[in-house]
Amino acid sequence: MDTDQLIRSLTADNAHRVPRVGAVLTMALLVAAPLSILIFTTFLGVRHDVMSAMRNPFFDMKFAVTLSLAIPAIIVSLHLSRPEALLRGWGWLLLLPVGLLAVGIGSEAMMAPAMPMTMRLMGKNSRVCLVAIPAMSLPLLAGALFGLRHGAPSRPALAGALAGLVSAGLAATLYASHCTDDSPLFVATWYTIATALVTAIGAAVGSKVLRY
Amino acid sequence: MRGREDEWTGLMRSAMAGDDAAYHRLLRAVTPVLRAAARRGLARAGQPPDQAEDIVQEILLAVHLKRHTWDSEAPFAPWLFAIGRNKLIDALRRRGRRIFVNIDDFAETLPGEAPQETASAGEVAAQLDALPQRQRDVLQSIAVESASIKDTATKFSMSEGAVRVALHRGLAALTAKLRDH
Repeated sequence: MDTDQLIRSLTADNAHRVPRVGAVLTMALLVAAPLSILIFTTFLGVRHDVMSAMRNPFFDMKFAVTLSLAIPAIIVSLHLSRPEALLRGWGWLLLLPVGLLAVGIGSEAMMAPAMPMTMRLMGKNSRVCLVAIPAMSLPLLAGALFGLRHGAPSRPALAGALAGLVSAGLAATLYASHCTDDSPLFVATWYTIATALVTAIGAAVGSKVLRY
Repeated sequence: MRGREDEWTGLMRSAMAGDDAAYHRLLRAVTPVLRAAARRGLARAGQPPDQAEDIVQEILLAVHLKRHTWDSEAPFAPWLFAIGRNKLIDALRRRGRRIFVNIDDFAETLPGEAPQETASAGEVAAQLDALPQRQRDVLQSIAVESASIKDTATKFSMSEGAVRVALHRGLAALTAKLRDH
């Protein structure tokens, strides 16, 4: 087929319209979310002392941290779904949860500690955390990758890593309502390890499936 | 150069608003520029320039299937050249070449360097044969025999909607085969 002929067939298909990447990503995450919530309600559930926990600012802060990961990651992943987009100028958004955690660790250090530092860091739930966050992430990660496949990222592995951050951030938001470890030290350690794992899976799968 | 790129942006805006003639003009206008850039990239990688047309056709297919990622407020050329670079890199990688894609391969095209011509390429034609019959028939009718959607529908006793679906699926399948082969 010569190139003029190809152009003719592309022109004939010009009327075909598809939704924007943001719409497809939103739909895909909404379809995947019930699966993650099902895992949550089946195996975890909200912690029993949630009413009193809400008076603890460090409990509330966990949600600020996880959502400040998930929401900027969605924004940056949509930005990177355009072929000409660069991470430069946008990457700092991903440092928001890091900054929040630093503030949290700093304020906790200034208070009279209820527990020694190592106990706050190790917590009681580290192993559950490392399993639960990745497990609840997987449906969301599949959804995020499906949505981003609709885009045209120049760096598929990076876009896949962003999909990992999106799904880990959302899964960690669910998990935070279950976990009784509220110390920012615990969050900074175990949530981060779980998120890194999911991000690595996202990057590996993304480098294959996000090529266009 | 600026004027040319502004013209492209204007054409693409019209195309996205449903103006098929503008879309046709745009694709015809960018093709020689893409061809020259692909040749430069191949030359830099020590590859014969006769594969340039395969790369051009792959870029055009990607432009078509990903045009919803173009922001109509943004200039068209950087978006186009980013896709061009990605496709050139993919093509060289498939051939097992070390990648030396110069950012400028797609950014600077000397006027006069790009003669208007059309060239055939082997890869799209080869993958076309692997498509399901209906998609292949429709693509061939529209591309090669330059039949309209309406005429193609009559010829194969299909509805126009079914022709449109087969055409789009055919183009998407072609792109996937080129990417993964």
